[in-house]
Formats: sequence, structure tokens, C-alpha cells
Amino acid sequence: MATSATIHSHAPQGFIRKYIFSLDHKVIGLQYYFLALVAVFVGMLLSILMRVHMIWPTAVLPLVGEIKPETYLSLLTMHGTIMVFFVLTTAPQGGFGNYFLPIQIGAPDMAFPVLNMLSFWTTFVAFVTILAAFFVTGGAPLHGWTGYAPLSALTNSGPGEQLGADLWITSIAIFCIASLMGALNFITTTLDLRAKGMTMMRMPLTVWAWFVTAILGLLAFGVLLSAGILLLLDRNLGTSFYIPLVVVNGQVMGHRGGSPLLWQHLFWFFGHPEVYIAILPGMGVASQLLSTFSRKPIFGYKAMVYAIMAIGFLGFMVWGHHMFMSGMSPYTAFAFSLMTMAIGVPSAIKTFNWLGTIHGGRVRFQTPMLYAIGFVSLFVSGGLSGPFLAQPVLDIPLHDTAFVVGHFHLIMGVAAIFGMFAGTYYWFPKMFGRMMNETWGRIHFVITLVGTYCIFMPMHYLGMAGQPRRYSQFTELAYLKHLIPLNEFMTYAAIVTVAAQLIFVINLFWSMFKGPKASDNPWESTTLEWTTATPPPHDNFGGRTPVVHHGPYEYSVPGAPRDYVMQTDPPTVASH
Amino acid sequence: MATFSSPVSIEVPKTGQGGGGTRPPVYGGGDDGRGDGSPDYGARLRRVRLGLAIGLTSVTMIFVSLTSAYVVRRGLPTLDERTNQYVRDWIPVDLPLALLLINTALLLVSSITAELARRQITRQAALAPIRSIPGVSLGEDNGFPWLGFTVVLGSGFLAGQWMAWRELADRGFYLATSASSSFVYLLTATHAVHLAGGILVLLYAVAVSLLHKPVEERRIVVDVTAWYWHFMFLLWLYIFGLVWFIR
Repeated sequence: MATSATIHSHAPQGFIRKYIFSLDHKVIGLQYYFLALVAVFVGMLLSILMRVHMIWPTAVLPLVGEIKPETYLSLLTMHGTIMVFFVLTTAPQGGFGNYFLPIQIGAPDMAFPVLNMLSFWTTFVAFVTILAAFFVTGGAPLHGWTGYAPLSALTNSGPGEQLGADLWITSIAIFCIASLMGALNFITTTLDLRAKGMTMMRMPLTVWAWFVTAILGLLAFGVLLSAGILLLLDRNLGTSFYIPLVVVNGQVMGHRGGSPLLWQHLFWFFGHPEVYIAILPGMGVASQLLSTFSRKPIFGYKAMVYAIMAIGFLGFMVWGHHMFMSGMSPYTAFAFSLMTMAIGVPSAIKTFNWLGTIHGGRVRFQTPMLYAIGFVSLFVSGGLSGPFLAQPVLDIPLHDTAFVVGHFHLIMGVAAIFGMFAGTYYWFPKMFGRMMNETWGRIHFVITLVGTYCIFMPMHYLGMAGQPRRYSQFTELAYLKHLIPLNEFMTYAAIVTVAAQLIFVINLFWSMFKGPKASDNPWESTTLEWTTATPPPHDNFGGRTPVVHHGPYEYSVPGAPRDYVMQTDPPTVASH
Repeated sequence: MATFSSPVSIEVPKTGQGGGGTRPPVYGGGDDGRGDGSPDYGARLRRVRLGLAIGLTSVTMIFVSLTSAYVVRRGLPTLDERTNQYVRDWIPVDLPLALLLINTALLLVSSITAELARRQITRQAALAPIRSIPGVSLGEDNGFPWLGFTVVLGSGFLAGQWMAWRELADRGFYLATSASSSFVYLLTATHAVHLAGGILVLLYAVAVSLLHKPVEERRIVVDVTAWYWHFMFLLWLYIFGLVWFIR
């Protein structure tokens, strides 16, 4: 027992060591989670300002005053960047992954706890850096979350492109380093710290999702980092990687010969895997929950694992489909188009397996399950427009319209958020030892699901009607006049949906202190986190080492005494 | 409310007390970063080596992307506004070859000394249990400071790179002179930053050995830094080859 005794004695006591500079993956997971919670409210506030501006372009708004075109672009840039990096990348992977990956594989902590702590605090610095861009001269940058050159590469191309843009790039670069440290930790932990009996093919699908996501992050963030360094050099040291001979306000800039397309290639080589970094953890959570709450094994476990791998692999082959509009050889576009549509195959495998999992199950419609079903719904609705956009002939008219905005918000934004909600309602009892309020959870679910569909479905029609994206004002355009009522409806839906998130936040914090006490395994799940105390002790298993005898989703096994077999149950319970 | 906690089968980990030949636990466990979490150095060494291999993958990706940017940028034509024709603006950089060859030699020798340091500490770690037996003598401990030599040679390489940059500037190649010189500065500087990180870790390893930490603890630091160092040498050969042969 020497090992576990040593661990026990090291449970930190002081407030700072325990909650701030903690080495405990559970505390770090919560830190990531709450960082993302702050970030998501900043991002939502920006989106509401944009939606209000769209229907009342001359209104004077709180905080920002009258929204000028450049202000609108700043809001758009910061909304996208904060949401993609500090919410969709941070919470599902850094938050839930940190908290539950080690427990689900039976490890006492991450492989490199100090690196884990550094990774969180580096992310925190990146977040502070990007927020600082709001407050410097010129304000936040205008170049969108994709940062296309030469707009992003010249310091005099707009008011936000001075110090604000430098802070933006610096923040992204810092975030890349943090994500690389995190990815390194996740991969090493998964490969090296699995408990006895926890073979790769016995890992819960959540672990598979986090593992593949970490691999994607490891390969993608380094590329974004070098692309960002080139951009900083172009902006500040006069190089010409991305900037051709350009004239800004009648002034010939000193750059020549660079290629804006080079930035796009490097950015999207990162950017496309990034959307899978956002969605894969949600897929893992959905798989876990659909199986648990249907009381059935996941349909086609191996197919699910291979589908995750296939999606991750193909994710690196398709970056060009973001650039059909940027000027691309039709042959190259055809190749990218084919590879993109090929992603439909593993995605469909996953969707049908989810449906197969629910089919014939004794489904328990509790809040986590509702969100898991909502995830599948959004994934299908958002995913179906993917094969449309994958074809250059359709992408070219649709690319710069609201159609694309609707597509990626449904599949990458809201679906991933639903994965986080599902994870929160599901794991809350394990994290805080109490249950969340079920009634308010359901109310929150209904408003959020209906609300998001009301916001993002009409965007597809607006896009087909030709409403451009990124435009600060289109109410004066004659051909869009008749669509203003639809835009108003979307704005009202957005306000209601954002307001409904307060229900979630109140439920979250109220339940933390006042919710009914949770048992160790309130959902009757099978994976390792439900075998330990609630909340888990410092070393996760109280000095004991779990030994795994079963696969992760053995529900309703014939002949078993209960309708679920824990992964640690002795092998005699059921031979499987 | 009924409790649903299930019967949990738990195996107590078997740790070999005093090296009695018992198998170590499946994982070392509890490396809480303060270096004294687990006595199971074998598992930790393996884990840190795995982490290094994964970390080097991301370093590789950084240089893969820079290489692709290099190749793409090199082939791009640029518009000459006076003649209104597309011309190539890629000026082959006049590299200080002799100096760079000397630097390469320095780094090669430092890679060898790093390897000798790694083998030295591996031997020490292997012999440590025997040495601790009272009355057993294995003769003089070979305490040649290979680690220190590596730090000195590595710093020499960095100084040499600095001289190479000065030489480039003297020949009229500044960072923004041409995309070619931009890439030469960028690639060498990125490599230098990574190498400087390696030097810091080596200095940490020297500090650890001065602090009389357990020899296995030092061995882990020295071992992975040596592998990192070899990687940095190969990376330098690659960068040198790229900027020399694809001028």
C-alpha cells in the first residue's frame, strides 16, 4: 500500500494549492469548466448585441453605443474566437476530459499533473489576453475568427487591426501552446495509465472521443501556432509571407509577393480538425448517455470507435472545402469535395448506431438523456446541410450567406453545447455530490432546443434568399426587405434562449449547495467514475486500484442480477 | 432512496518493498509533480519518454507547416508594379556555409556528449542498489561532467547561430529582405528557441544532481533531455539541408 499511502498524504491542504494552483485533474477540470462558463456568457452577450443590431441598425445599445460597421465586425470576430477557442475547445476537452478521462480509465491522476496545471493557466492567460483586445486603442480586431490576410496582416487596414489584432494573434498563439500541453497529457494518460483490464476496446466511448480529439489537437495546433507566428512577423517586422503588393488608402505598403491563400491553407489545416475537436467529445458523451439511459449496450461499439478514428483522419483531408470561394483549381476542389462527402459515411454510422441504441430500449427520459437526444437531433439537422456545402457548385452561391452560419452553428456550435449540457447534468452528481433540479432541467432543455432551432433554422432560408453574412446592415437592401420580420423573429428567439440560460446557471449553483444529496451511482451507469465515492477522493479511488473485467456498456445483460454490469464487477456476473 | 452502489472488486496493488522481485503496480501512480510521488521509476521513465515522443510530434508539425509554407512561398510569383509583369522575388540567400558547418559540428559533438551523459547516468542508476549495500565497493564513480559539456557545446551552437545571423546581416540579408531570408531567420530562430529550452532542462538536470535527488530521478531528466537533444540535432540537419539545397 506504499503507493496509495504516499498519494493520500499528498492531498493538498492550503486554499491556493487546493483550488488555484492545484495539480488535481478534477480541480483543473472544474477550472476549465468555469472558465468556459464565463467565456460562453461573454460570447452570448456579443451575439445578442449583433442580433439586436441586425434588426435595429441605428439603435444605441448598452456598453457599445451605436454599432458602426467596424464595431459589428469586432463583435463578430470576438464572438467567433471566444466561442470556438474558449468554449467549444475548452469545456468539452479541458473541462470534462480532464475531470473524467483519468477516472474512467482507472488512473489516480493525469500522467503529468504539473503540465496539466500549466496548461490551464496558460489557457487563462490567453483568455485574459483576448479580452484585453476590447480595451486597447482601436478596439478589438475586425478580421473574423478565421483571421484572413491581408486584412489581419496589415496594421492600418482598420481601427481594430492595430494593437487589438496583435493581442488577438498572441492570445491564439498562447492558446495553441496550452492546447498542445493538454493534448500531450491526454494521449500519454490514455496510453499509459489505464487500469488493469482496461483494454483499449473496453474504454468508454467518451475516452475514445477525448483521446482522438487530443490527437487532432496535437497535430493541428502546432500548424496554427506557426501560421500565427508568420502573421505576427508580417504585421510587425515587415516580412511578406501573406501580403502581396497592396495599396491601403492610396499608400503603397512595403510588402510584396506574399500569398493570402497561404494563410488560408495553414489556418484551415488547423481549422477543420478544430471543428472535430469541438464536436467529438460531444459525440462521446452522447454515446455514453444514450446507452446508459436506454438501458442497452451501445449499438456497434467497435463501429463507433472506428467511426471516431475515421472522422478524425478525414478531418485532416478536407480543409480545402473552406476555400472553394478563394480561387482553387477545379480538380483540387473536386478532391476536397469527395473527401468531405466521405465524412458523411462515419457520421452516418454514428447516427444510425445512436438510433439503434435507443431503439427498443427502456428509455429513461431524464434531463441528461434529453440533452443527448437533442445532440443527435442537432447533429443530424446541422449535418445534413454539410453535403450541400461540400459541393463547389452549391458552396459558391451559398458560402458568403447566412446558410453557412446556420449550418456551422447547428452542428459545431449548438450540438457541442448540447453535449456539454448533457455532460453537466449527467456528471454533476459525481462532481458536486448533489443532484441538479430535474424539473428546471427539463424546462431549460425545452426552451433551449426550441429556441436554437428558431434561431438557426431560418438562417438556411435567409441564406438561400441571398442574405449575406458578416454584413453589419442589410435592412436597406430592397431584395431583403420582406425577410426583416423573419430576422426579427430570430432576434426575439435569441433573447429568449439566452435568458433561459439563466435557468441553467441558477440550477447549477443552487444545486451545488442545496440540491438533494446524490448516491455514488444515481444513473445506474457502468463506467469507473460511478464505482468511487461522490465526489471522488483526491486520488480518485481512495487508495484502491480498480480492476476492469467488463466492457463499458453492459446493460440488460441476460442472466445478470441487475440490468447493468459495472466494469469492475467480478467476471462471474456475466460472461461477455 | 435505494443506493445503487455496486459491489466493487478491488485489487490491492502489490508494490515490491525493498526490491524483492515483485512486479511493480500496473501504473506508478501519484506523480504529483513534486518528484517524490512514486518510487516506481521504471514506469515513470517509460511514461516521460512516451510524453516526449508525443510532444516531439507537435514540434514536428510546427516544422512541417513551416516547410510547406517555405515551398509554397518560394514558388509564388509577385507583381512588379513598374513593368506590370510577374517576377520571382525569391532571392537565394548567401548563407555563411563555413560558419554553419562549424555549428553543425558543435551540435553533433554535443549530441554525442548528451548520449554519453545519458549512458553514464543509466549505468549509475543501475548500479545504485549495489552501491547502497554496506561494504560493497565498485571502485571510483565515473563522474565525468558530460552534462556540463553538453550545456557548453549547446550554448556554443547558439552563439554560433547568432554569429551566422550577424554574418547574414553583413551580407545584406535582413529578416524582411526577401521571403527567403525571412524563412532562414524564422527556421533557425524557431530551432534555437527549442534548443534553448533543452539547455534550460539540462541546467535543471545539473541542479537536480547538485541537490542530491535520487539517481533515478536525475536519470529520467537526463534521459529524456538527451533524446530531445538528438531530435534537435536531426532537426537542425533537416533545416540546414532545406535552406541550403532548396535555396
